Amino acid sequence: MDPVVELDQAVVLVGRFPALAGATLRVEAGERLLLRGPNGAGKTTLLRCCAGLVPVVDGRAAVLGVDLRSNRRAVRPHVGLLGHWTHLYDDLTVADNMRFWGRAAGASDGEIQAALGRVGVGRRLRRVQVQQLSAGQRRRVALAVLVARRPRLWLLDEPHAGLDAEGRDVVDELLVEASAAGATVLFASHELERAGSVATRSVSVVGGAASEIGIEEAGDVR
Amino acid sequence: MALTRPSLLPPRSTAAPTASVATRLLGGMSVVMIAVTVLLALAVTPADVVQGEAVRLMYAHLPTIWVAYGSFLVAAGASALYLWPRTRRRHWDRVAGATAEVGTVFTALCLVTGMLWGRITWGVYWQWDARLTTTLLLFVVYLGYLAVRRLPAEPVVRSRRSAITALIAVVNIVIVRYSVDWWNTLHQKASLTASDPEITGEMLGALLFAFVSFTVLASWLIVHRYRLIRMEELRDEEGLLRAIAERRAEAGLGVAG
Amino acid sequence: MFADAVLVARKDLTLELRSRVATNQILPLAILVLVVFAFALDANTTMLRIAGPGLYWVAVLFAGLLVVQRAFSIESADGIHDALRLSGLEPSAMFLGKLVSVGVQLLVLEAALLVGVILFFDVGISDIALIVSAAMTGTVAFAAAGVIYGVLSLGVRIRETLLPLLAVPVVAPVLLAATRAFEPAVGVTAASGWNWVALLVVVAAVYTALGLVSFGPLLEDG
Repeated sequence: MDPVVELDQAVVLVGRFPALAGATLRVEAGERLLLRGPNGAGKTTLLRCCAGLVPVVDGRAAVLGVDLRSNRRAVRPHVGLLGHWTHLYDDLTVADNMRFWGRAAGASDGEIQAALGRVGVGRRLRRVQVQQLSAGQRRRVALAVLVARRPRLWLLDEPHAGLDAEGRDVVDELLVEASAAGATVLFASHELERAGSVATRSVSVVGGAASEIGIEEAGDVR
Repeated sequence: MALTRPSLLPPRSTAAPTASVATRLLGGMSVVMIAVTVLLALAVTPADVVQGEAVRLMYAHLPTIWVAYGSFLVAAGASALYLWPRTRRRHWDRVAGATAEVGTVFTALCLVTGMLWGRITWGVYWQWDARLTTTLLLFVVYLGYLAVRRLPAEPVVRSRRSAITALIAVVNIVIVRYSVDWWNTLHQKASLTASDPEITGEMLGALLFAFVSFTVLASWLIVHRYRLIRMEELRDEEGLLRAIAERRAEAGLGVAG
Repeated sequence: MFADAVLVARKDLTLELRSRVATNQILPLAILVLVVFAFALDANTTMLRIAGPGLYWVAVLFAGLLVVQRAFSIESADGIHDALRLSGLEPSAMFLGKLVSVGVQLLVLEAALLVGVILFFDVGISDIALIVSAAMTGTVAFAAAGVIYGVLSLGVRIRETLLPLLAVPVVAPVLLAATRAFEPAVGVTAASGWNWVALLVVVAAVYTALGLVSFGPLLEDG
């Protein structure tokens, strides 16, 4: 089976700075891979690279069979990215945002409603403007958008950040469900204990290069 | 952008000047030809029947705008080549940048000589006729282009956005010229065109010579500007390779294989 | 493609309905511009009637620039630029949607300003068809050029000054043509205004075509 993500000495620039200075990574379908590393190591850029958002200037990079160097736009409909920011329009309500982002990704109304329910956003909350929500609530809505997209590759940048205990449990369940359904999960986190229990494998990202220093089983992460 | 693609020009360090045999030749030629033009303009050709000595400004005013239009056309063509995937090379982006910048300078020269000419013949620095208005708008449009070229963004983003701006600029100039001309015919404003000097004989010869000499001058400037852009890119690439090495050292990893 | 465009237009217009920036902030500013002109020109009724069309379109220019700025400042918020690229929406559909939303907001502002000009400048309208045609075609032309430069300036920190610098020279012939088209309709000249409407149609078509083609490349970050 072809790997879902295949990077070989990939170099990605952010402005003039080489955020990824030769990353090598290989991820198989159904894996839940944890990206660890210090701040500024390039985890966020690695995730955005896999989403096809940034140009790869050197090396090889292929995600879901798409060559990112020549045609990275083609991979975007098949991935879902949950970044630091929540990409929701502040002036619109939760329902407005979901209708826009969900329909844009081709989800039906039913799927949108189901996604909101799954992440625990109650009916009453759906009519509230996003700017009035707390950070944790916004995160949940962004998560709902991701769920409604049904991507084949889930990319999450610190998914537990800003969520309460219940929210974190929801995230963990969603990740496990996703990979059980055949999707692949790539997520960056500083919360090694919780992340370690969800991940099937972990990789360390330092200095813009991902290197597989030790393949660890779930639960073995320090 | 591959980091190791060889340059199309002879390799030069970023400390070397942008001169070469070709540019020295061009530079020498332009100095000589401009000098001859000045001579022709001031001494050899006759004064105009209507305008008197003021007509001599024409030898600077008209060639500058022709050269500017020519430069902008080249810039648009180069921009199109840069945008088209099959012919996309950084070379075209540099050509577009260099020619558009020189073209803008020549447009400014045209405006200044035009204003002087207007002051002497008509007593006013400015008239809202078709030609002057179009030229002024042309100048502002390309100031916008230069602003886009200096965007604080990644080089590829900048190049692409400038290329699109250059193409829209050309379309816009056509539209502006057309609509302002139309406006004028309806209003029948007195314009400089109505009192254009009759250009015959020696005047025509001198004007054509002036045109050629300004073109040579512009070419000389464009070559130098192109090379400057190339050197800026080389410097950035060197800096990038260094930054990559430093980043990898941070991780304790060796040089990328 | 049209479904996507409707989705984007609907999102933008809903946002405007909820935040009311155009009606509560931009419209009063535009009316102020008209009032200030009247003061500065020493409020002589005959002169105002003659200068009316020109002043009107200058006020529309001012309001229009603000509408375009607003249309793109909502897209510059956290992560939305990324999310739009990932969304699966066709870029040309996004252009069309933005064009419609900016156009609709502009038309509403223009209608209100027209009422203002009729009342305050004592202008009488003798040819409604000409006014409406000129306004509609001029608006499409303006909106198309505005959206192109709006997306070009997206993600640029100096957008507030870059956008007007780029847009105004491009929009100048539109203003000229629209003013000339208005003049016969309010009895200022006897010339035909329909030629100018024809020019506006051409300009609108050209810029719409340019926008459909260039919105995608311009939306890309690199």
